[in-house]
Amino acid sequence: MATQTTEALSSVDAGAIVDRIRVSVPERGVRHDLRAVGIVWRRELIRFRTDRLRAITSLVQPFLFLFILGTGLGSLAGRSMPPGVDFKTFIYPGVLAMSVLFTAIFSAGSIVWDREFGFLREILVAPVSRGAIVIGKCLGGATIATFQGVIFLILAGFAHVPYNPVLILTLIGELLLLSFTLTAFGVMMAARIKQFQAFMALTQMLVMPLFFLSGALYPLNGLPAWLTVLTRIDPLTYVVGPMRHAVFSHLNVFGASVLAPSITWGGWIVPLWFSLGIVAVMGLVMMSVAIAEFSKTE
Amino acid sequence: MTVRAGSDSAVRQLNGSGSADSVISVTGLVKRYGEVEAVRGIDFEVARGETFGFLGPNGAGKTTTIKILCTLADATAGQAVVAGHDARTDRDAVRRNIGLVFQDTTLDTYLTAEQNLRFHAELYGVPKSAVMPRMRQVMDMVGLWERRDSLVSTYSGGMQRRLEIARGLLHAPHVLFLDEPTVGLDPQTRSSIWTYINDLKKREDITIFLTTHYMDEAEHCDRIGIIDHGKIVAIDTPEALKASIGKDRVQIQTADDPAAIRALADVFGIEAAMHDGAVTFSVASGEQFVPRLFGEFSVPIRSVSVSRPSLDDVFMSYTGTTIRDAEGSGVDALRQMAQRWRAGRR
Repeated sequence: MATQTTEALSSVDAGAIVDRIRVSVPERGVRHDLRAVGIVWRRELIRFRTDRLRAITSLVQPFLFLFILGTGLGSLAGRSMPPGVDFKTFIYPGVLAMSVLFTAIFSAGSIVWDREFGFLREILVAPVSRGAIVIGKCLGGATIATFQGVIFLILAGFAHVPYNPVLILTLIGELLLLSFTLTAFGVMMAARIKQFQAFMALTQMLVMPLFFLSGALYPLNGLPAWLTVLTRIDPLTYVVGPMRHAVFSHLNVFGASVLAPSITWGGWIVPLWFSLGIVAVMGLVMMSVAIAEFSKTE
Repeated sequence: MTVRAGSDSAVRQLNGSGSADSVISVTGLVKRYGEVEAVRGIDFEVARGETFGFLGPNGAGKTTTIKILCTLADATAGQAVVAGHDARTDRDAVRRNIGLVFQDTTLDTYLTAEQNLRFHAELYGVPKSAVMPRMRQVMDMVGLWERRDSLVSTYSGGMQRRLEIARGLLHAPHVLFLDEPTVGLDPQTRSSIWTYINDLKKREDITIFLTTHYMDEAEHCDRIGIIDHGKIVAIDTPEALKASIGKDRVQIQTADDPAAIRALADVFGIEAAMHDGAVTFSVASGEQFVPRLFGEFSVPIRSVSVSRPSLDDVFMSYTGTTIRDAEGSGVDALRQMAQRWRAGRR
């Protein structure tokens, strides 16, 4: 009897035999964490796939900006464009960035939703690192937002942006980076904000200034000093700039460089790699903050 | 033996007898949220294979205790050891060994049942080859295998709870925590949930820790801890607890209740109170008391009922109130409203 008890107790960690199906939960390791990243990522994709309405509605706004605003303002702004350049081509990179903006941040917002509806608790009691969960979430948001951007890329021709494979791949890469950072930003906010309405209100409030200050609709040179400073603070600037550079370097238009000037800090020209590096670092920092936030217990 | 609050030697005795193969061991547990002391120093042990129930009104500290045991909250003071691991310092080890079913659903209703379980399996690192057979086993157990491809949002409340139980078992935990497993469900569904739980006890080598504020559910437990205002006031088997009361419960309907209560005190020296709309009191032997009551009582009596001690009486005896009166605040009603609202939104 005594030996039976010790045996039974020692099996607590070894995993119990249950109706001949042996299930044991392993010690935490890299492989286990990777599986966790994978499944959190996959859940985002499944949810996105079943929610076609969201995919469509989040494309409405960029569509309006490109074709309605682009065409309308184009008749006015077109006069200052070099000959042969459509205003729609000019704003296309910025509007493309916008197409991932909402999807990325709102995919992070599902954490707030999960918290309100309990599912977050299922995730938080799992024997898996908080890092794996947050990374999975950021990658998931980045993936679906980029997918959203790719759909919008199909419309490139209407803005006279060439379907050049190198250009398309460059843009997709930049979209992925942007989506990742935006999702990380959203996840960081979602760690703190407990109500979905509050999250929506706050992000709505932030998204438009981010978009307007990014230089999506106007060139960043020759602005008043106060606006120059604000545009340089906006992280979106550092993706829209390189994206516009990519588009215009694939156009055979004389004087295109005037429309896609490099971002400058004072007199210093910020290199493209540095610009994208800023965005990547911001994303990683915000993701780390999110991991720290989710590691706290009551 | 029955342990009364404040009886320290008895508590120690109980710990001494149960610690050899206890799966849960709690000592001096305290949890404060700011000024509010939700759990005020509790000790208990749960033996391997036991079904242990925490019985108490909402706000008594049941959920807070579960949260600490499940590593979702840190204790302000004291220690909780689950499956041989400290819930504060060895979180992952505790998490690997426990399954959880919360009172509010924690399913992703936009996923299918199978997708929910698969998510769980991956998160817990269940070996890939074991995922399918184990998934089938736990879903068969709760009768949902045929519905595995349906979205959880199409499930009824009872089905969702069953699915949660299946999910909680997927990684073959050694301890299953059920926080108010049947709250908000209709009586028929509640009893079917209990059929599954009892079935589960036969099939798997598992210790169950549950909280409830339903007396009839507490009857299913091997042992019960009665918790009130953050303290355990009694721990024992349901039978022993009932026997410890040693009194029958008498309820009478009268023409003038306040007068009846006064008369009971004056004539028989019995303390009575209003519960559930009737004058209620306890006497050693109900059947023999009733004839005396009719003989010597001046207030007209409309009806009399005598009942053997129930857990209700046990609760009343240890806390001085019935569990329904203790709820009072209507928290339960609010939660049910919230659940209905959620169900409507889905």
